Amino acid sequence: MSTPPSDPHTSPSTPAGTPLPRGTRVLGSHRLGVAVRVYRPALVLGCALCGLVFAAAVASLALGDFTMPVTDVLSVFTGRSSPMQAHVVVDMRLPRALTAAGVGAALAISGMILQRLAHNPLVSPDVIGINAGATAAAVCAIVALTGSTLQVAGAALAGAVGTALLLYLLAYRRGVAGYRLVLIGIGLTAMLTSVTSYLITRTDLNTAARAMIWLTGSLANRSWEHVGTIWFGLAVLAPLALALTRQLRLLQLGDDTAAALGGRVQLARAALLFTAAATAASATAVAGPVAFVALVAPQIVRRLLRERVVALLPAAACGALLVLGADLLARTAFGGTELPVGVLTGVLGAPYLLYLLTRMNRIGQA
Amino acid sequence: MSTRPHTTGGRIVAGDLTLGYGGNPVISELSLALPPARITCIVGANGCGKSTLLRGLGRLLRPRDGSVTLDGEEIARMPTGKLATRLGLLPQQPLAPDGITVSDLVGRGRHPHQRWFRQWSRADEAAVRSALDATGLTGLSEAAVDELSGGQRQRAWIALALAQETGTMLLDEPTTFLDLAHQIEVLDLLAELNSEHGRTVVLVLHDLNLACRYADHLIAMRDGAVAAAGRPAEIVTADLVREVFGLQCEVMDDPLTHTPLVLPHPGARKRR
Repeated sequence: MSTPPSDPHTSPSTPAGTPLPRGTRVLGSHRLGVAVRVYRPALVLGCALCGLVFAAAVASLALGDFTMPVTDVLSVFTGRSSPMQAHVVVDMRLPRALTAAGVGAALAISGMILQRLAHNPLVSPDVIGINAGATAAAVCAIVALTGSTLQVAGAALAGAVGTALLLYLLAYRRGVAGYRLVLIGIGLTAMLTSVTSYLITRTDLNTAARAMIWLTGSLANRSWEHVGTIWFGLAVLAPLALALTRQLRLLQLGDDTAAALGGRVQLARAALLFTAAATAASATAVAGPVAFVALVAPQIVRRLLRERVVALLPAAACGALLVLGADLLARTAFGGTELPVGVLTGVLGAPYLLYLLTRMNRIGQA
Repeated sequence: MSTRPHTTGGRIVAGDLTLGYGGNPVISELSLALPPARITCIVGANGCGKSTLLRGLGRLLRPRDGSVTLDGEEIARMPTGKLATRLGLLPQQPLAPDGITVSDLVGRGRHPHQRWFRQWSRADEAAVRSALDATGLTGLSEAAVDELSGGQRQRAWIALALAQETGTMLLDEPTTFLDLAHQIEVLDLLAELNSEHGRTVVLVLHDLNLACRYADHLIAMRDGAVAAAGRPAEIVTADLVREVFGLQCEVMDDPLTHTPLVLPHPGARKRR
């Protein structure tokens, strides 16, 4: 047949190449029928960011009240350092750095999924009530129980998943639409935040102070217990998120098109929502609600990549870098006083949110 | 353009179909049969249930009662993935993820043919290329969908449905918001897909005259029921138009295509 006359330039740009988005490679074998698509810029960006995460981790092992040269940090791992240095690195700074990286990665993955799911760049677990649910439950554990790591983690997870369930049920009306999810999430956030405030006013000053520190999101005194919690969560949830990206790509086309293409829309959305909730919860469980990372990290990655892919690896690495960097700054940049990491991510993240909002007003998208 | 042989038109039959969104049903006990490998147009006044019917035929809406079959198989019982290789549906005003390129969008139409371990194959590539070619978008495959003109964007969505390689395509008002030239362009494309590949094409259309021109089979709906169905030349009369649209008109012979041409009376609404 002849090409309709309106665009006469029959492409010289992709004459024989694949019609795949530019930069996408197919790995696998046609003979075995196995083929996996890889978007190379995302892989390159992910690896570059992972390199930066590693550098930031080494820096946060070396810097602090007791600063040591990087060579000494490395000698800790080869077993040729003083017990003092080993103690500072292995018992104090390493668990903190690993927790920070894990928290950042988890928040970013959660934010990436939710933003794509709701077709809205302003959505993150902070906005739609998942963090608020985790927080309310965790504060409840601090106030009513002893507030051990395990209790707080369990409560945060239960709170987040419970909130996600509530969100899903309330937003469900012949299927869950993106904007309903957001609006109901904002309502839930308000309710749960007041529950948290109420709990804090009803307890003694000491417990309230402990809860407040947790509430700002802090990485101080993280132990290997925290490292285990967050990385176990990531080990379970990140592969699940990765497996669900195909469904997420489909849902981005809108419910009707996704269903017409054979997607089980409601099932896929529920699975993605709960994966995002659990991922955010595992971060909140160990560090408290660290603000804005889930919102900002996917947006940064989105601006660095040309194609609209669901880039989990770069987003996770970007989130890890943000939290590690923010914690390093919070720990070292203010002389003797150490700020909770949540204060810093809030101070840096809020202007970014404002920037996104003004941009949205201007061009209708971000 | 390569001929892709496995896209032969499916036969859709609805029996005692009842559809609705909670509350009173929009469509009650409707029965119809759509001729395979033909173009069927569904027309009717706003709110008469044509989009609801299309959603029901495409399984976006589960029937409350009755059934829809495709080549004799009940679609509600078919696995979703399998159905999606045989029946495609383009919703009204679909929304593209912002910044997505044409080829990426069209490639997503291959979803039902892919698995998590087989995310791209030669068949996918051939299908996408032929869909881009058929819709005249090969030169624009790298362009962002948001930057296309209305007609081009609609062609991109049709290309997505084409890449799905289904024998039957349902389209909900594919020409809305397009100017006349682009409407014709889209309808010509669909007519071509029908005649070259024997696809069954079912469209909801607003414009009765265009529907008469392009339809082999016309279904006129009123209040959730079929008011008339058949070849446009056989069923479109001034009486039918009055019944279905509440419009006084003359029906003439279109001098170019010899299909019915509906001319509304001036001031018909005032007189009514």
